[in-house]
Amino acid sequence: MTAADTQEAAGPPAPPVPRDPKGTDGRPTPGNGTAGTTGKRRRKKGELLPFLLILPAIVAIAAVYAFPLTKTVIMSFQDMGRRELWTGESPPWVGFEQFTNILGDSEFWSVTGRTVLFMAVCVGLTMAIGLLVAMMMTRLSTWVRLTLTAALIAAWSMPLMVAASIFRWLSDSDYGLLNTLIAKVVGEEFLGHNWFLDPWQGFAIITLLVVWGAVPFVVITLYAALTQVPRELEEAAALDGANVRGIFHYVTWPVIRPVFVMVTTLSVIWDFNVFGQIWLLRGNKPEPEYETLGLYSFSKAFESTSFSQGTAIALITVLLLSGVAVFYLRQLMKTGEVE
Amino acid sequence: MSTSTSTAPAPVPATPPAVAPQKLRPDRKKSRGLYDVLGLLFAVVMAFPVYWLVISSLRPNHEIRSYDQTLWPSSLTFDNFARAVDQPNFSTAVQSSLIVSVTAVVGGMIIATLAALAIGRFRFFGRRALLMVLILVQMLPPTAMLIPIYAQLNAMGGLDEYWGLIIVYLVSTLPFAIIMIRGFVVNIPVELEESAMVDGCTRMGAFRRVIFPLLAPGLAAASIFALVNAWNEYLFAYILINDNSKYTLNVWLMTFTTERGTDYGALMASSTLIALPVVVFFMIIQKKMATGLTSGAVKG
Repeated sequence: MTAADTQEAAGPPAPPVPRDPKGTDGRPTPGNGTAGTTGKRRRKKGELLPFLLILPAIVAIAAVYAFPLTKTVIMSFQDMGRRELWTGESPPWVGFEQFTNILGDSEFWSVTGRTVLFMAVCVGLTMAIGLLVAMMMTRLSTWVRLTLTAALIAAWSMPLMVAASIFRWLSDSDYGLLNTLIAKVVGEEFLGHNWFLDPWQGFAIITLLVVWGAVPFVVITLYAALTQVPRELEEAAALDGANVRGIFHYVTWPVIRPVFVMVTTLSVIWDFNVFGQIWLLRGNKPEPEYETLGLYSFSKAFESTSFSQGTAIALITVLLLSGVAVFYLRQLMKTGEVE
Repeated sequence: MSTSTSTAPAPVPATPPAVAPQKLRPDRKKSRGLYDVLGLLFAVVMAFPVYWLVISSLRPNHEIRSYDQTLWPSSLTFDNFARAVDQPNFSTAVQSSLIVSVTAVVGGMIIATLAALAIGRFRFFGRRALLMVLILVQMLPPTAMLIPIYAQLNAMGGLDEYWGLIIVYLVSTLPFAIIMIRGFVVNIPVELEESAMVDGCTRMGAFRRVIFPLLAPGLAAASIFALVNAWNEYLFAYILINDNSKYTLNVWLMTFTTERGTDYGALMASSTLIALPVVVFFMIIQKKMATGLTSGAVKG
């Protein structure tokens, strides 16, 4: 925590280990996993062990992710409703009918647009605030940094449902603090203002909640990455006449970039799949204009009991996110994370 | 108001290098005070909802139902907590949440550690593919699995049973836990393990005597993280469990909202009770967590 502070005042720290620009620092390859010229018998044993170790994880992930996902695909080409669910009859095959119905439905497109816009606003705000605060943290006095960390952890550790309850309470139309404070400025007529009548205002509250909940993770992770930036390099760059922007661009950014990309991508995925916050703020009964793709799929499946419609929407969501996923993996490969 | 900040000195290309460090120093000192103020402000903003939660849970009800919310309560009372604990199914909800979360995490950690060791210590065929699967799996929207899992559990008679929820929670902690624990495994020098084996340890012995003690803090961090996730999960708990006496705490929270409105005092009090253990755990592991997350990424 205080290493950075003490280093400032202390004498020259140990010279940094020269880094390979690709980010691989020549970790020794572990014992007998390498396909070296070890004896046949030892290689056999060494080759089997890792597979035994990962077997339970593979089985578990196959059971809860792969199998349901396969069923999602299958169900999307069928027409499964309440009757098939309870009688166990196999639902009729309908080919691409679910998809043509969904893609021809204007509601689906407005839901998709809403989801993407909401995600973009949340991620943009989260990452911008997160990066600025993380960089600010490197320049704080120790006691302020500790105070800020404590505040961030407190916010971060709030369970989703608890956080949503707090924001519901803050934005309550009759007794919420938000209305009380605004009424003090604009006058009494603001009391009783319902924030959720207009979806734009409602989503503003939801965005506040999502960003407030996501910023701590981003700040703490980015701060951890920033502490890895060699101070000597920053100072050398300053000596060579680089300004703050130059230092950030040429020294800081290359080091924190992999972490930044990782966190951004995770945020994209999390915010794309926001469900609980909207669900709870709308009291378990979200109106159609509050539906994002996840909620839309859910309501089609469990309220209209058209399970196939629900799975087809979920499948389209997966396809939409797969682009993000591929980008993320490519980034990871570039940084040598997946090797 | 001038927009020039003291942190961004205009680029002076002709500055002799000897002067630059002295130029930096007073700059830093001056701006530190400003940053500290900003930092404290941001801390207040982040902590405020948490403050509001705790303070609302301790307020007398007439203050909660008032058009003039004050930032500071006139008197403190535990009435809200009493109402929260008296709400039907409170104790069974605590029990359900504990049973489901703890079982899922213990199982998840064992499986995740084995896999993390394999990925962190061996090069084997399919290792990259496995890592990719772990990353991709986290990107799936929960609703994509929810419907088939619901249908499957319904067919197997697993609705309203703990085991269905436990399996879902256990597996959903795996991807993140494996990647996180791998970060800690990678940080333990291979030489330690090798020298233990040279000194006559078996591979298992080396793990038990060398790796595991070093891994323990990381494992604790990963398991608390998983525990918090399971403790917080809502959607699957809501869909897979319909029996009031088996509700987890999050689903039970919804019972404070009725047709006649919401009992915010009791809702805030129960929320405080639910959040308290999580906050304590988080305080313990937060530093470890950031390390585990970034070590893999930054150290390549």
